[in-house]
Amino acid sequence: MALTTKLAGLAAGAVMAASAAIAQTYPDRQVTMVVPFAAGGPTDTVGRLIAERMSADLGQQIIVENVGGAGGTLGAGNVATAEADGYTVLLHHIGMATSATLYRNLAYNPLEAFEYVGLVTEVPMTIVTRKDFEPTDFASFITYVKENADTITMANAGIGAASHLCGMLFMQAIKAPIVTVPYKGTGPAMTELLGGQIDIMCDQTTNTAEQIKGGTIKAYAVTTPARLDIFPDLPTVAEGGFPGMEVSVWHGLYAPKGTPAEVIDRLSASLQSALADPEIAAKLAELGTAPSPATDATPAALKAKLEGEIARWKPIIETAGVYAD
Amino acid sequence: MDLLSNLSLGFATAASPENLLFCLIGVILGTLIGVLPGIGATATIAMLLPITFQLEPVSSLIMLAGIYYGAQYGGSTTAILINMPGESSSAVTAIDGYQMARRGKAGTALAVAALGSFFAGTVATLLVALFAPPLTAIALKFGAAEYFSLMLLGLVSAIALAHGSILKALAMVVLGLILGLVGTDIYTGAPRFTFGITEYADGLSFVALAVGIFGIAEILRNLEGDQDRTVLGTSLGGLLPSRADLKRMVAPMLRGTAVGSILGILPGGGAVLAAFASYTIEKRLSDHPEEFGQGAIAGVAGPESANNAGAQTSFIPLLTLGIPANPVMALMVGAMIIQGIVPGPNVASEQPELFWGIIASMWIGNLMLVVLNLPLIGLWVKLLKVPYHVLFPVIMAFCSIGVYSVNSNVFDLYAVAFFGLMGYVLLKLRCEPAPLLLGFVLGPMLEENLRRAMILGRGDPTIFVARPISLTLLLLTLAVLVVMFLPSIRKKREEVFVEAD
Repeated sequence: MALTTKLAGLAAGAVMAASAAIAQTYPDRQVTMVVPFAAGGPTDTVGRLIAERMSADLGQQIIVENVGGAGGTLGAGNVATAEADGYTVLLHHIGMATSATLYRNLAYNPLEAFEYVGLVTEVPMTIVTRKDFEPTDFASFITYVKENADTITMANAGIGAASHLCGMLFMQAIKAPIVTVPYKGTGPAMTELLGGQIDIMCDQTTNTAEQIKGGTIKAYAVTTPARLDIFPDLPTVAEGGFPGMEVSVWHGLYAPKGTPAEVIDRLSASLQSALADPEIAAKLAELGTAPSPATDATPAALKAKLEGEIARWKPIIETAGVYAD
Repeated sequence: MDLLSNLSLGFATAASPENLLFCLIGVILGTLIGVLPGIGATATIAMLLPITFQLEPVSSLIMLAGIYYGAQYGGSTTAILINMPGESSSAVTAIDGYQMARRGKAGTALAVAALGSFFAGTVATLLVALFAPPLTAIALKFGAAEYFSLMLLGLVSAIALAHGSILKALAMVVLGLILGLVGTDIYTGAPRFTFGITEYADGLSFVALAVGIFGIAEILRNLEGDQDRTVLGTSLGGLLPSRADLKRMVAPMLRGTAVGSILGILPGGGAVLAAFASYTIEKRLSDHPEEFGQGAIAGVAGPESANNAGAQTSFIPLLTLGIPANPVMALMVGAMIIQGIVPGPNVASEQPELFWGIIASMWIGNLMLVVLNLPLIGLWVKLLKVPYHVLFPVIMAFCSIGVYSVNSNVFDLYAVAFFGLMGYVLLKLRCEPAPLLLGFVLGPMLEENLRRAMILGRGDPTIFVARPISLTLLLLTLAVLVVMFLPSIRKKREEVFVEAD
């Protein structure tokens, strides 16, 4: 007993000594940022934008590695078991919180397996329809959808996708079930919306902003607490009387559990400096979003966000009774 | 003339020394990665994305586009020489291209592929320039019902892919369908045929399947004895196609281009489907259908034209709607966003230089590719003289790197190994792998769209005949079935009459 305690103490001491050594020289080689989705998608784009700026700040290249599959849980699982030396980090979005409920056999515990670096950005969502959808404003839209709930169809980009989450929220808010049609990703879903094959979708501005501007789809509301600069005429869901429908696709940066605190601090500082770059802000603005303020790009803020969001989505997903495994 | 001024703007942009250079870099890189089996354009473009941050938006997109269609050229090279499709769309080329190579006509096959691709690329680029908006409108008319009917037509026609036993071909199609179902059901989230392996939750990788079942199986077969291999290296003569060869490739090339241009526009289906469709058509129309699978020139010229045409026209949804038709296009979207251009319906009007510059560069790139590839044919063919005990480990190493690089997933490598063994067994059983691949590609789309159409139609199956495009496709399917069975029906009737007499 005494021996094991001693051994454990020795081991802990060794780990601490090693981590102090790591922290002093960190980073002395390239860092891998795992994006658990396909290259070219909205999450990948956010990842690559900040990876480039953080590389400049850290003085070492950050390589984006796309480990797609199973709603982002494969990539997250890889990082959960990666070496906790700060050379592997994970960029994940809201799916980090929802997968805790959507997947009943997750290989890792989202709340236990990671250290938190900070929030990156919160992408607003928009409620959009095919361009010839009849209602003229958000209030009449809600009435119309409720009255015609049995003929209207709603698209999403697959189970667990942001559009699916927003759709669940929408139906529970207006208390009307709508026939939901899943697609393999946003691309095909958006194509069908453009072609008028389907009526409604709720998706990130990353995917919808240009189409709304181009008049190829119609927007009724944004899901953020305040109106967006790019669409000042679009009301918020709260203005329409549905504050519970507020949702954003928030992105966070994580590292495996046990990554030394000094390394986490270094990464956080680097993330904050990247997010403060006006060029990053300008590029995110094109997508209808903004970098998280420095106060949110911190371990504590991300931890609070994740815990809050897991608690928030658990009952919503369980009520809908949809699981991804 | 709007078009002329647009095109001249495009060529002025694309022909600037800088952009020409990046176009050249793109097509050379594309050819190289296409030649390396398994390493696809997707992985390469993903790796090169960070480099493009420093470039002008037009230059970077011209280079990335060059990689994409350069890979289409390069992919056919390995398909023909070593039966290893470097790109998914060149899987069909491997069928007859490799047989031509085994008969000592590797040079001819490569030249036919390059010329066919160039012709198709030129025509398809012109189509993109002339008709991008109206073609987009057609693509948007394709809903779930239309896709289902199209897939059904493709699957029924697939039986023509078989030479030999129809029963075996059917079995292979069904096996392909089942393999295609591996993964998560998108409607319920239920995992199917994954044996609890999360790594297969998104299905089996097409590249892994194609590399295993064509390439690895062929390596295993070659290792049985070295007699077969010597055939490959012997005849270097006749690098360029003869006059008779050229004559035989003209019609398939035209038809392949037409098929490829149309299917390329549809998001999802794209170049792979186009190549299969073209092969089927050529076999149907050929005076010598028995040549197919034994090294028919039409079996190379048609699908190669089709996949290259499809590769060009798959830019249409991206350029006019901002919607990527395939993973490579999704990466192009990513590249544009990083450059501060969010693709959408307004790109053509807001960024005319970018829009027309890319279109013009496609033609320039195709020209570069044919100039680049024709002289290289001699070099590629010489590659076959490398002793096989040196060549095959190299091939397998590159395959593994390539397949792994797509998703950084070790389970894709296990899949290559498994399908390599399976492909070898199928070879021994004389079962054709091509129908299996087609089933694998079409199966999931068929199911997805069938169920989606039924959801949209609230369970009413008349949705398939109520929509004109879907109805037309279903009638075509029926016509194919009738044509296929008519001869045997007539024969039976004759038999009946003979007995009656």
